[in-house]
Amino acid sequence: MKFGVVVFPGSNCDADAYFALQDDLGQKVEYIWHGDTDLGKVDAVILPGGFSYGDYLRTGALARFAPVMGAVAQFAARGGPVLGICNGFQILLEAGLLPGAMLRNACLQFRCEWVHVRVESTATAFSRRCHRGQVLRLPIAHGEGNYYAGPEARRELEENGRVVLRYCDPDGRESAAANPNGSLAHIAGISNARGNVVGMMPHPERCCSRLLGGTDGRSILLSAVGFS
Amino acid sequence: MEYLATISVMLKATVLDPQGEAVRKSLASLGYGQVQKVRVGKHLELVLEAADREAAGALVDELCHRLLSNPVIEEYSFSLDEGEGPR
Repeated sequence: MKFGVVVFPGSNCDADAYFALQDDLGQKVEYIWHGDTDLGKVDAVILPGGFSYGDYLRTGALARFAPVMGAVAQFAARGGPVLGICNGFQILLEAGLLPGAMLRNACLQFRCEWVHVRVESTATAFSRRCHRGQVLRLPIAHGEGNYYAGPEARRELEENGRVVLRYCDPDGRESAAANPNGSLAHIAGISNARGNVVGMMPHPERCCSRLLGGTDGRSILLSAVGFS
Repeated sequence: MEYLATISVMLKATVLDPQGEAVRKSLASLGYGQVQKVRVGKHLELVLEAADREAAGALVDELCHRLLSNPVIEEYSFSLDEGEGPR
């Protein structure tokens, strides 16, 4: 099992993901350059957080056309596990690998804090080692995490169990106060129909070690191990 | 022919615009309570080569659809001027 972490110009959580996978979780991992047109021999792909291309135009809008994204789309189409974290989630939306779009946080502030999310679906490559209803404590750091989808896309997500994570309070209850960015239906993470592509705003790679304040990210990243 | 395309990209009317709402509140706090609604969008100017106006329009449409706007949340409109336009 080998993870590949894609590096875009402006990625800034690529090293965090690499470190968490290698040092905290004991996995093989390598970087994949945005200009590459093939992924090499990796079994899972992480699109890390950051500010690819300076967030110019829209978050993720320019990264979506990076040469590597063609290979990522092919890998996803073959059922390979792909996780977009924060800016990586925004890139997956712009690339059309996941439905919907990101709006600026309703509060207009950049929110950098710990939040709680409830696991809604375990039928994905990045939640299969969690249990349904489990409350995870994860860090966020974003200015545009206000997830939006039209009524049709929203219905499609809800009816097919494709909402993976929802913001909640420490007891697992949804509320406006527990939602840091105003996202639709408190959505923090979603998947594609097959469950191999997942996008999430919280940062699991930042909480795989007690030293960093939490270990709830481990089950997210380790879910990809053995996924097929 | 050279054309100047002037493009406006706005959030759809059905999508909440927190930035516009924050600007409206600031205007209200400056005493401009008569401003009832503010929407914030993007203004882009492109200089491009095309055989004629129709081809230029088709190209700008394509660019807006593929990259310059996100059809999930935004809508766009544009005008075309011959040459680099009235600058």
